[in-house]
Amino acid sequence: MSITTTKPTGTPGGKPAPSDLRAARLPRWSPYVIALGSLAVGCGIGLAAGLDSRLQWGLIAALLFVGVSYILSATVEGGRQAKDRLATSVVWVMFLLAVVPLASLIWETVERGSKVFDGYFLTHSMGVVADDEAGGGIYHAIIGTLQQVGLACLIAVPIGLLTAIYLVEYGRGKLAKAVTFFVDVMTGIPSIVAGLFVLSFWILILGFDFSGWAGAMALSILMMPVVVRSTEEMLKLVPNELREASLALGVPKWRTILKVVLPTAIGGITTGVMLAIARIAGETAPVLLLVWTTPLINTNPFDGAQGSLPLYIYQQYQSGNQAGYDRAWAAALALIGFIMILNLVARGIARWKAPKTGR
Amino acid sequence: MKLQRKNRRALTLGALAVSGALALTACGSDDTGDNGDGGKKSNAASNIDCNGAKGQLMASGSSAQKNAIDAWVAQYRSACKDVQLNYKPDGSGAGITAFLQGQTAFAGSDSALKPEEIEKSKKVCKSSQAIDLPMVGGPIAVGYNVPGVDSLVLDAKTLADIFNNKIKTWDDKAIEKLNPDAKLPGTKIQAFHRSDESGTTDNFTKYLKGAAPDAWPHEPGKSWEAKGGQSAQGSSGVAQQVKQTAGAISYMELSYAKEGIKTVDLKTGAKEPVKATVDNASKAIAESKTVGEGKDLALELNYKPTAEGAYPITLVTYEIVCEKGNKADTLAATKSFLTYIAGQDGQALLKDEGYAPIPAEINTKVRDTIKALS
Amino acid sequence: MDIPTDTPPTPAPVQDDRPTPAEQKRAARGATRPGDRIFLGLSRGSGIALLAIMAAVAAFLAYRTSVALADNTGNFFTTFEWDPAGISSDGKPVFGIAVLVFGTIVSSIIALVIAVPVAVGIALFISHYAPRQLAAPIAYVIDLLAAVPSIVYGLWGAIVVAPNLTGLYSWLDDYFGWTGIFEYQGGAPRSLMTVGILLAIMILPIITNVSREVFLQVPKFNEEAALALGATRWEVIRMAVLPFGRSGIISASMLGLGRALGETIAVATVLSPSFVINASVLDYGGGTFAQNIASKFSEADEYGRDALIASGLVLFIITLLVNGAARLIIARRKEYSGANA
Repeated sequence: MSITTTKPTGTPGGKPAPSDLRAARLPRWSPYVIALGSLAVGCGIGLAAGLDSRLQWGLIAALLFVGVSYILSATVEGGRQAKDRLATSVVWVMFLLAVVPLASLIWETVERGSKVFDGYFLTHSMGVVADDEAGGGIYHAIIGTLQQVGLACLIAVPIGLLTAIYLVEYGRGKLAKAVTFFVDVMTGIPSIVAGLFVLSFWILILGFDFSGWAGAMALSILMMPVVVRSTEEMLKLVPNELREASLALGVPKWRTILKVVLPTAIGGITTGVMLAIARIAGETAPVLLLVWTTPLINTNPFDGAQGSLPLYIYQQYQSGNQAGYDRAWAAALALIGFIMILNLVARGIARWKAPKTGR
Repeated sequence: MKLQRKNRRALTLGALAVSGALALTACGSDDTGDNGDGGKKSNAASNIDCNGAKGQLMASGSSAQKNAIDAWVAQYRSACKDVQLNYKPDGSGAGITAFLQGQTAFAGSDSALKPEEIEKSKKVCKSSQAIDLPMVGGPIAVGYNVPGVDSLVLDAKTLADIFNNKIKTWDDKAIEKLNPDAKLPGTKIQAFHRSDESGTTDNFTKYLKGAAPDAWPHEPGKSWEAKGGQSAQGSSGVAQQVKQTAGAISYMELSYAKEGIKTVDLKTGAKEPVKATVDNASKAIAESKTVGEGKDLALELNYKPTAEGAYPITLVTYEIVCEKGNKADTLAATKSFLTYIAGQDGQALLKDEGYAPIPAEINTKVRDTIKALS
Repeated sequence: MDIPTDTPPTPAPVQDDRPTPAEQKRAARGATRPGDRIFLGLSRGSGIALLAIMAAVAAFLAYRTSVALADNTGNFFTTFEWDPAGISSDGKPVFGIAVLVFGTIVSSIIALVIAVPVAVGIALFISHYAPRQLAAPIAYVIDLLAAVPSIVYGLWGAIVVAPNLTGLYSWLDDYFGWTGIFEYQGGAPRSLMTVGILLAIMILPIITNVSREVFLQVPKFNEEAALALGATRWEVIRMAVLPFGRSGIISASMLGLGRALGETIAVATVLSPSFVINASVLDYGGGTFAQNIASKFSEADEYGRDALIASGLVLFIITLLVNGAARLIIARRKEYSGANA
């Protein structure tokens, strides 16, 4: 497309090519050696001092790594380079530090969840299986969650996107200020309150029955502000030059927004929407209040009680026995898997639709 | 234009995804009977009178009776295919609230209705009022985790002191006196209570207050009124803590006290300490008296029983319905279901699930009341 | 030193972005063509719809709160008790939020203190440090973790994490116990600190995601200019990337904070709550707004629910103040944003 930049892409880290004019540098392999060395010393100290927590070993090794690389670099390469290396090691350590709990979480879920996770589990509902018996499945819950989240998206994404567009592209007056303010307020709504609101408004006052739709409405209230905030942030990052270029060519503003601004920001917007879906797909409280939950399959979100995955996890956990725990972990695995697939698809679409830019 | 072609492709993809999702909805199954031991009790279903009932029956309330409801529903559904019972175990309070707002056909509650709740029920029951029907009993076990101690006897006063943080270690004199043979360690006592409001807490503190009023100064209630102490969410939560923590003690429904949790034998007015078992709970319920007015069958437990083998920390779960003026479209199903669970077959099922059946004398009154529901 | 963001001679503020309260100025906004009018109408309509929903929720909350507060015999802000049923005071409701305010703020601060540096580190790692082949999968995994439902975090926190924290807490007690903040009496490590750690892990993916997205948007020429001047990679980040991304980081942290403040099920599963304020963050006790609502909700009667909603309203207001403050900071740093913000 026309906005493709012709700039040569730099290396991702933007590391300057080594130059002979440079002062002495540590050899390229030094970080690896230091890492190995500090790991060994860390384990050694851990063993010697009789620390039984592997985490402490890791922490000692990490501290050693950062310290040693800084001192070495400071003596060989000088202060600025040392600082650079310090930053590099700190970033690496931060990354590893975060990977430990996240990996543990995924590992536990996969390990514990795979026990009862099979075709039968995915294609059967709980039927009449009691909580403390083995067997049963999550089919009813998958259907429920898919429909509720889908409906919530149908409400929240258009409203959220358009509101963000209004705020960034049009709004400057009192209305925009009010909307911005209330979007902020909305991010703070406790999920159970959103559920209560729909309960008292839709079911108690208007007299409708419990249904997947009622749950979807509460979920969309929770979803909207997240969509607005992330979309807004991404739209603001679209360079003004693009808008100006398009407007200067005589393209109407709405087409500029649809064809230039949105496609440029689509990657970030997709991520934002995904995050919003992730937030609501795991919500338990409003669903508990509004869709009632049933162990049987109900494919009509507008009539009668429905199941829901997070609620299923919650209830199986609450049942407090091994069969329930197994099912809860397996359902968690399914929920994560479902979101992963969704995420992949969204990313694919985003990459495919997005205009090519410099990076 | 190129972009538009891409759009069309995206549309196709979207359509594919939607039709795929639709195809998916056709392949699931509610039939779980042949898997695991889901169908282990498929007899006796023929005695259930469906009363020509149809449709969805919504109910909610006590999570304590969830397993009993599960077992009943399994039986009931095999006889009455047209009725779909959805029981949501989100707590007695939520159950009563939902019932009073007219959302449900009946509620399950671990405590009888309060007078103001009965007053409120007149709105939803049209001129009549809501009544309590005792349906399920269950012992609340006091589970502990003290390495090396396999059986432990406590009385109400000692229990109250432990949960009130007066007795702080396991080798305290008061505990030693009740357990002369046990090797009690000097570890600190870690007493856990429920962090959420719960009928279990309500019944447990009622027992403490009823049996040891001097040692337990706090008012009984669904939330823990004593200051401090450690807590965890839900019966499963406290059970988990007791399992994990050496020196821990807590109270929970009997069905949660397993996998390494031992239960306390209670010293009551009787000669021998009483074990927390289903039978012993039934004996305690037999000692209780009816305090409800009219058709209401609310019970008051005797917390200082002298009968042999009566375990007094017992929880009775009531089903709450309108005496008259139940919703017309669910009345048939409600009556049919309640008749089944109060009947012989329904009550007989309870013991397998770790619950105590309601003693015959009270049960007869419950059945008569159900017959007259309208 | 700040490298000025490389804005080409900025054209005079584009006319069609200016405030236009009056009808006649609509032309100037470019909203003369029918397509534009429809689009403007649509987007403004969405904004108004959102406002209407919000107003309805707020009105509902305010009404319920007023019902609850009318009968409260305790001081709503200073009472250290939560007894809307009046169990220990002859049926007179007594409840206050002092403990909840404390617990919520403390646990969220712990979470942010841990999460923000780590998250920014990871975001930088993905955008500027990681080998190219690694960056995309890592980013994807982090995305995925944002999707883990909080009940799973709760499960994991209670079963896997909490039992392993005793050692760390004893260590903290040994060396920092004298401060009073890190005193540890023993007992199950289910304290505000544990909650903070778990919340930090939970909000990490969100903060990382958004910051990363912002770091990737840093104009390439800013970085290249810095490199051309001989800056090291760290200097590039400090002078070009971080200033540009600051509002993004704050916005990301706020999203994280929003989740931390309102997190319900995970906190309820991990915390050992009680209605006392404890100076030590390592000892059990305390509580948060959302946890308290979740824990008390199911057994509460209608009035009890109103009381809980009143506490929900306060959570609301706290979130609002936090957001407002962040907005102010962002507004002050606007000059660094390359776009039309």
